[in-house]
Amino acid sequence: MTYLTKPKFHHPSLPKNTLGYTRRDYEAATSTLCAGCGHDSISAAIIEASFELAIEPHRVAKISGIGCSSKTPTYFLGASHGFNSVHGRMPSVLTGANLANRELIYLGISGDGDSASIGFGQFAHALRRGVNMTYIVENNGVYGLTKGQFSATADRGSKSKKGAVNTDNAIDLAAMALQLGATFVARSFSGDKTQLVPIIKAAIAHRGAAFIDVISPCIAFNNHPGSTKSLDYVRAHNEAVNALDIMIGRDAITVDYEPGKVVEVTQHDGSVLTLRKLNDDYDPSDRLAAMNFLQQETAKGRIVTGLLYVDGEADDLHGHFNTVAMPLNQLNEPELCPGSKALDKINAGLR
Amino acid sequence: MGMKPTDISAPDYFHKVVDCQWACPAHTPVPEYIRLIAAGRYSDAYMINWKSNVFPGILGRTCDRPCEPACRRVRVEDEPVAICRLKRVAADYKDDIKDRLPKKAAAKNGKRIALVGAGPASLTVARDLAPLGYDCVVFDGDTRAGGMMRTQIPKFRLPDSVIDEETNYILDLGVDFRGGTRIDSMKALLADGYDAVVVGSGAPRGRDLDIPGRKEAATNIHIGIDWLSSVSFDHIHSIGKRVIVLGGGNTAMDCCRSARRLGGEDVKVVVRSGFDEMKASPWEKEDAAREGIPIHNFLVPKEFLHKSGKLTGVVFEKVKAEYDAKGRRKLIPAGEPDVTFECDDVLVAVGQENAFPWIERDAGIAFDEWGMPTVDKVTFQSTNPKVFFGGDAAFGPKNIIWAVAHGHEVAVSIDKMLHGENITERPLPAATVVNQKMGIHEWSYKSEIMPDQRYAVPHRDNATALSSIKAEVELGFDAKLALSEAGRCLNCDVETVFSAPLCIECDACVDICPMDCITFTENGEEDDLRQRLHAPALNLSQDIYVADGLKTGRIMAKDEDVCLHCGLCAERCPTGAWDMNKYFIEMTHAGPACR
Repeated sequence: MTYLTKPKFHHPSLPKNTLGYTRRDYEAATSTLCAGCGHDSISAAIIEASFELAIEPHRVAKISGIGCSSKTPTYFLGASHGFNSVHGRMPSVLTGANLANRELIYLGISGDGDSASIGFGQFAHALRRGVNMTYIVENNGVYGLTKGQFSATADRGSKSKKGAVNTDNAIDLAAMALQLGATFVARSFSGDKTQLVPIIKAAIAHRGAAFIDVISPCIAFNNHPGSTKSLDYVRAHNEAVNALDIMIGRDAITVDYEPGKVVEVTQHDGSVLTLRKLNDDYDPSDRLAAMNFLQQETAKGRIVTGLLYVDGEADDLHGHFNTVAMPLNQLNEPELCPGSKALDKINAGLR
Repeated sequence: MGMKPTDISAPDYFHKVVDCQWACPAHTPVPEYIRLIAAGRYSDAYMINWKSNVFPGILGRTCDRPCEPACRRVRVEDEPVAICRLKRVAADYKDDIKDRLPKKAAAKNGKRIALVGAGPASLTVARDLAPLGYDCVVFDGDTRAGGMMRTQIPKFRLPDSVIDEETNYILDLGVDFRGGTRIDSMKALLADGYDAVVVGSGAPRGRDLDIPGRKEAATNIHIGIDWLSSVSFDHIHSIGKRVIVLGGGNTAMDCCRSARRLGGEDVKVVVRSGFDEMKASPWEKEDAAREGIPIHNFLVPKEFLHKSGKLTGVVFEKVKAEYDAKGRRKLIPAGEPDVTFECDDVLVAVGQENAFPWIERDAGIAFDEWGMPTVDKVTFQSTNPKVFFGGDAAFGPKNIIWAVAHGHEVAVSIDKMLHGENITERPLPAATVVNQKMGIHEWSYKSEIMPDQRYAVPHRDNATALSSIKAEVELGFDAKLALSEAGRCLNCDVETVFSAPLCIECDACVDICPMDCITFTENGEEDDLRQRLHAPALNLSQDIYVADGLKTGRIMAKDEDVCLHCGLCAERCPTGAWDMNKYFIEMTHAGPACR
């Protein structure tokens, strides 16, 4: 914990993006989470991804629920819009905001308690509707704010800090997201920014419901030997299926990969995802195979990470509804109130 | 393969991180005394200085400040901490510290040391040796101690009262000062049976300019350092209205500013080089500019004009700088018409030289072809084992702080030699390590660092300042300004110490570090590793702190270059793998500790 603000100084060689901002310009208030919290690393990864994508901060809405994870939007993108909503209700608040203003980039920040318990229904429906968003769950397997009780994502058989054994089955949010029809599903680890940052960038560039399950060790209550979400356990059981390079608005990278070692996915916005295969048999465009693979590896005690599934042709809720292309706040009176003749026409159509 | 883990127990490792202290020839523990000034403990701050650099009040006004360009604030912000002027604050606001000075030796040890010249080098040797019981005899041609500090630095920069105070602290240690006694024979001195002789006679000869008209106009052409000492001793009280100062060093700045106070109305400095390449310290050039003295550059003096034995002007050739393939500068004629400045007097301040007419060449002391003694760079011993050189006398003109540093080393050499020890084995500095953690968010030092531009030292107004040769121009920081300026210090002596066995590689330190100093990565050779860090480590003069033994097999690499010593890494570390420890490093001076 710190009460000190991070000094404004930065490294003299700190690079600037095309907007002229440095990475530090995407920071916000200093975190008050426990020292060493994985969530702070995820905040740093979001900052890095936003910097590298040269996102205009005022074009981002970061929306969260309640919990340690949901506090974190205070600690990144200080110049963006923020909404710290009700416990488990981030998905519906985000859905509403997205319908009202489709031009913003939506970052939904949640935790395992917020999404897998109180907000489990909300989580499911936002994904199945295909809301255009980047939904990040900072998953530590415990209720950190109330001193470390098991959460719904804690693995059966894992131990609490005091030694109690979890007897409930775990919810695998990535597997759920695949089943619910999310068009971008990834899992990563707060301790591996090399993997996490490109995944966040690709998710932001994705049109449709992008879901990232980030294992984020709770240093205070879930980083002990009996835990399956500790730094050591995740490092020892990490099964990364691919490594991601993302190119936005430019030609795909021309690095020579061995034939058959690379999968390229072009998304709606023109971004090209280049996936270096770490597992030769893994195909991130096959949703059913991804679901199978995930279940098999989980049964073997492995934690599958990487970009698990992506549908480059995905559409979103606005597409499904055929909504007006303009954000609602940009519509003027003639469009919003087309007059009695238009009303008569609609009424006639309903008779 | 890759970089070896850093041995932080090596005495130089963290000393180098304290850039100011490392750059200081006497290695004064700068951050420690700056914290004491911030705490209002001026006497304590003074004593740390006094022990290390002997003349805090004098140096706080006149030091060439090698510490300041080295200051880490320069690399992270712009201007260095005003270290020199903070030193003066300690001297200005201290209480009576006489009872904190070493006591006169209760009994003499029977060894006699002759010290030639009562300048900073000799006085430092005497300060170190007299309390140990050595019988120190200091000779000087002048009746008062101080050497060039007294004779060549104008009083408006350094009042006599300050010199008196700080030289007396030393002479009162039971030193036998023989003022007005000029030594004119080394052989005679050696024949007196001294156990060691210290030559601290400076570089007393001002360089002349041999161009047409020099002889004819001699009455109005003065050698800078001689003229300054005549002014110091009240032998000269006036100068012509139009004065040209030739030269671009600090002596030239002292000359022009003195001339301005003795009746010079149109005083100008003319320098061969470009303005930016002048030897004078930037702040001394600023002081001259503030007093309305223009500096004309790229002009080489060609001839003194005179009429019936009186100087009327100087002709200059216009030159330009040209650089060869190796980047060496050459001044070549610019091909423009010559420039003539009219004047009544000229002050020649184009350098000074050593002169040892009183050392017989068969006294067992070897001299090189340029007339400089052969002196060991570490022990300061000449080829006559009993004779040591220090200050400007040793290696040519430098600054007071170098003379002090030499003096300490000479004292160590003499103390060891007269105890029958090998003087080439030098003592290591002493380091006291103190943990700074007070609580979860509390450190024993001010760790919060903010951008804050350097505070200016108040000056006496120009009209009053220029009306007197003795009125001190700089008024010094008041307590409030001193507190603000002291707050700019980054506490570079509070070191980030890393313990790999405690680290869980959670990245908290990497994420919080405002300067991107910390990286966890695969090891590699230094050149490669420097490029792969979170921010490339391109300042090769600054070390990379490497620690291995992490669970993932990676290394921790920290670039010391722009670390703010803000302690956020330690504050965000969940396991205490990072800690902030203060390294108080002190040089070992003459006495039992050096033997």
